[in-house]
Amino acid sequence: MPSNKSVSDAAITQFINCRILRDHRLQRDDLWVREGKVLDPEKLFFDEKGYADKLVDCEGSIIAPGFIDVQINGGYGIDFSQASDDVSSGVSFVAKKILQHGVTSFCPTLVTSPPAVYHKVLPQIKVSDGGEHGAGVLGFHLEGPFISVEKKGAHPEQFLRTFQSGGIEDLMEAYGGLDNIAMVTLAPELGGSQSVVKELCQRGITVSLGHSVANLSQAEEAVHHGASFITHLFNAMLPFHHRDPGIVGLLTSDQVPAGRTVYYGMIADGIHTNPAALRIAHRAHPSGLVLVTDAITAMGLPPGRHTLGQQVIEIQGLHAYVAGCSVEEALEAASLHPAKLLGISHKKGNLDYGSDADLVLLDDALNVEATFISGEEVWRKGP
Amino acid sequence: MKLIILNDYDQASEWAAKYIRNKILLFRPGPDRYFTLGLPTGSTPLGCYKKLIEYYKKGQISFQYVKTFNMDEYVGLPRDHPESYHSFMWNNFFKHIDIKAENTHILDGNAADLQAECAAFEEKITAAGGIELFVGGIGPDGHIAFNEPGSSLVSRTRVKTLAKDTIMANARFFDGDLSKVPTMALTVGVGTVMDAKEVMILITGAHKAFALYKAIEDGVNHMWTVSAFQQHPQTVFVCDEDATLELRVKTVKYFKGMMHVHNKLVEPPPSVPKKN
Repeated sequence: MPSNKSVSDAAITQFINCRILRDHRLQRDDLWVREGKVLDPEKLFFDEKGYADKLVDCEGSIIAPGFIDVQINGGYGIDFSQASDDVSSGVSFVAKKILQHGVTSFCPTLVTSPPAVYHKVLPQIKVSDGGEHGAGVLGFHLEGPFISVEKKGAHPEQFLRTFQSGGIEDLMEAYGGLDNIAMVTLAPELGGSQSVVKELCQRGITVSLGHSVANLSQAEEAVHHGASFITHLFNAMLPFHHRDPGIVGLLTSDQVPAGRTVYYGMIADGIHTNPAALRIAHRAHPSGLVLVTDAITAMGLPPGRHTLGQQVIEIQGLHAYVAGCSVEEALEAASLHPAKLLGISHKKGNLDYGSDADLVLLDDALNVEATFISGEEVWRKGP
Repeated sequence: MKLIILNDYDQASEWAAKYIRNKILLFRPGPDRYFTLGLPTGSTPLGCYKKLIEYYKKGQISFQYVKTFNMDEYVGLPRDHPESYHSFMWNNFFKHIDIKAENTHILDGNAADLQAECAAFEEKITAAGGIELFVGGIGPDGHIAFNEPGSSLVSRTRVKTLAKDTIMANARFFDGDLSKVPTMALTVGVGTVMDAKEVMILITGAHKAFALYKAIEDGVNHMWTVSAFQQHPQTVFVCDEDATLELRVKTVKYFKGMMHVHNKLVEPPPSVPKKN
């Protein structure tokens, strides 16, 4: 049927025979896309007397918003924290590869590094839209160097730093600039960190707490100043203690300002966190769960597809099984929640009318069948 | 009239849907010859719409050359409000079939000039050549569309204030909050529906039984506006057992005895492929 639109001449695609994630439920409904955004078909029908130019038969698949990975250090032999002259080709390589795991946007993550690395790497990558070339870059996630010595984990101790000049100047000196930064992980018990939290938040940069020995009230103070994420909950922080739950206590803290949510990242591979602990966190605060890969190039885990790809898949399957949560909750933990965390849920992380049409087609076992960015197919599983 | 009595809601819905399907197919609509269908909203026709969608999906029928005219719409409710009749028709019918938007007509309850909107609607019906088959329901107070008790039996499309009964019955769609229910609506008149070549009224459920009794066993009366169709040459009432609870046994027996004849009307016509 020819299209007939008074508002726009752009082609309209209708995804049929699918179950879409909308209003926190999988619903049997068609999905309409025009000019890279999800379209309201009722408006199209009544206002424009329009209909679809192209039908995509999903054969019963699930359509979920494209996954958003806010913590990924590299993969497929690429390490984002390497001071290479050509960081962008490394980022692009990974961006392209992760499409096959349904990831449509991500935050390239840098672990604690010397200033020279930040000064070299950061300027080379800009926030950019995804497409056929790969997933979109939402900005860097800088994990460190303003973190705790006791909880450095795999980060190199000699490059850890504290706040000397009082605040933003230290950051500027370490990183060289704050452009194209989506998130910073820091330890809020460090002297002078609270004003840094405040300033970063005012600049629209998400602040995450991690690699820290903060107690609950230090963590709460940071949240009060705008911190909204916990980097890999349970790992690299004080364990939950009933008289001082530490950062973990933020999940049920009554000091979180009204209307705000504290999100927490989980690597649900069954290795970083015991499934029982994952379930405790999920049951305590289901709406804050954000699935991350924290994928790396090497270091004890098999590199390449297994590390990155399988983790994402496993995360979906494992999470849905392990946490006992629904498929919808698992999908939202990988899409809606990270979008809300980064403050981009008005256009990403959901299939609301007007949102970017970044989609992932999944079978019932949540294996990725196809990935779309702005309504264009950018990856499809081979036969 | 033909009074078609089926055992339950599902069977009544199916019979009605098959009747509509057959009417359209036998008409042989085409680019110069549209089948004009009047349509209702509410819970009663939902089963019928589902069946029609099923027949479309099975390839038994197309709505490409069908023009539809809905009976009514609330005044002042935003068109994309989930309880507007536009939303109802989109979600329960239009989005599942191959009908063209320009062939659907629903009164605009947000028009700047409501009276002009009503007059224009009547003109659109005339321009389309009149309505071949007008499908409707019946309220517990015997009203057709929003022609509340006391409406003229020769009325045309106009603005109506809703009766208290109707507002209360509708409150369940507005979170039980009476203040949220629209108080006015645009509706086709009794006369408008009477102009159709054929009228089919769907009536199911025990709560409609008294209204059905008043509509067909009592006199023509503007307090029970559906009774006007006693004076229409081609009326079909499709109901379930429960809706007949207030009728005379004699009436029910007579029409049940006719079912073997009436059922011929819903057999697949020769042009329909024999699919299950």
